[in-house]
Amino acid sequence: MNNATPAVEIRDLHKHFGRLEVLKGISLTARPGDVVAVIGGSGSGKSTMLRCINMLETPSAGEIAIHGEAYAMRPTRDGGLEPADRRQLQRIRAQLGMVFQNFNLWPHRTVLGNVIEVPVQVLGMPRDEAVARARQVLERVGLAEKEDAYPAHMSGGQQQRCAIARVLAVEPLAMLFDEPTSALDPELVGEVLTVIRDLAAERRTMILVTHEMGFARDVASHVVYLKDGRIEEQGPPEQIFGDPRSPHLQQFIRSIA
Amino acid sequence: MPDIDIATPIRPAPALPLRARLAPLLMPHRLVMAGLALTALAAIVTQMDWSWLPGYLPKIGHGLLVTLALLVSSVAAGFALALPLGAVQVTGPAPLRWLANGFCTVIRGTPLLLQLWLIYYGLGALFAQFPEIRASWLWPYLRQAWPYGFLTLTLSFAAYQGEVMRGAFAGVPRGELEAARAFGMPRLMVFRRVWFPRAVHRALPTLAGEIILQLKATPLVATITVTDLYAVITRVRQATYLTYEPLLLLIAIYLCLSGTLTLALRWLEGRVPSGR
Repeated sequence: MNNATPAVEIRDLHKHFGRLEVLKGISLTARPGDVVAVIGGSGSGKSTMLRCINMLETPSAGEIAIHGEAYAMRPTRDGGLEPADRRQLQRIRAQLGMVFQNFNLWPHRTVLGNVIEVPVQVLGMPRDEAVARARQVLERVGLAEKEDAYPAHMSGGQQQRCAIARVLAVEPLAMLFDEPTSALDPELVGEVLTVIRDLAAERRTMILVTHEMGFARDVASHVVYLKDGRIEEQGPPEQIFGDPRSPHLQQFIRSIA
Repeated sequence: MPDIDIATPIRPAPALPLRARLAPLLMPHRLVMAGLALTALAAIVTQMDWSWLPGYLPKIGHGLLVTLALLVSSVAAGFALALPLGAVQVTGPAPLRWLANGFCTVIRGTPLLLQLWLIYYGLGALFAQFPEIRASWLWPYLRQAWPYGFLTLTLSFAAYQGEVMRGAFAGVPRGELEAARAFGMPRLMVFRRVWFPRAVHRALPTLAGEIILQLKATPLVATITVTDLYAVITRVRQATYLTYEPLLLLIAIYLCLSGTLTLALRWLEGRVPSGR
């Protein structure tokens, strides 16, 4: 892999919902192996920014490139943008794994069924191969025993680990985490963070929207602080948490400490 | 956090010893009720006139088959129609949405008997005016009454079940569909792999009730000369001048049918791996 090519590159990203401007020009680069933690208060645009990366939200302006390939966009009538090439969109999406706050597993399929779904259906992998790989990733997240269970019969922590396995199974160029522990009972947060921490240690590319500041400080190679739709400050975690410059960030860190 | 509407699956209770299972049935008030019921049954069997029954059994059997055939065929065809009716109302382009919504509203808002007569007398008379239709291979069927009964019952089931499916499609949590899109699934695959199976699973519990309602709607076809179970019993009453015996038999048969259906569908529901 060419290390010079960013895994995810966002250039001057704007997003507004009606007249509400949520993102006001964000530029961000994640090189392969980067673990980018995105922090900020609620309503700062963290999740919206993350969801623009795989076009679950379409940007109003700006450019997003995944591994050097920019999404083909075309203007809409109301002055925004929309994906112009459905095939390209699907191809790029299949290379990005997303872990959602509410897990969003498919409840009518077993754990194994959830994990092999995308490799078999979207990537066209032979079923046997997909199952073998699924068993490996389930082992990694500690769910080897659970492959025949249905999501509704598992704890939130297990469901989220299954969702992470579902992402690992597609061997994504970058993993997107949208507040992966916010919907969990406090005692279940640890098991999910442990899994993510291990993945970060392997230098998998990740963009992680989180409220877990201690965790962000530990695992991130780069921390981005979002305030009112702008990047107010960014840098290595020691600098962001140890020596924050902007008064907002200082206050934010005090408020959650 | 699991979805609110996801009920914890009911696990079968561990088998109790026979005595413990019988104990609730042996309470005094229940014994009295059971005794009364048995007495009533005995009185019905011994005191009433059932001499006509053996002679009519073949006809009753035939009527039962007609009723079941109408039920099964109209439920199957109606369900097949209900899927697009429901899906279109949730995602379709506006004209299709209005059309499906209008269809469901009209059918659900008017008496089934009226629809049956309109279709039988209206369509039947209309078809008869076209020599091309009279000459076609379809005419031997279209001359009979049952195709109109089947059509009406099918449309009715489609409308009611279509409304159920609309709710079921709309109720599939957005996040599950979003996850499918986020992994690069094309729209049709999202529908085929996630949206559709999830909606059907969500609709299954109400399906049993709709099928029972449909069973109870089938006797209406007797009014357009289809000899279903109810029509046979009516003929028995006219021929024997008996009022109650044939009707009691009819009730017993319908009860058996709906009971069997309920049990069968409950069993089916337990087997569907929805993980709800």
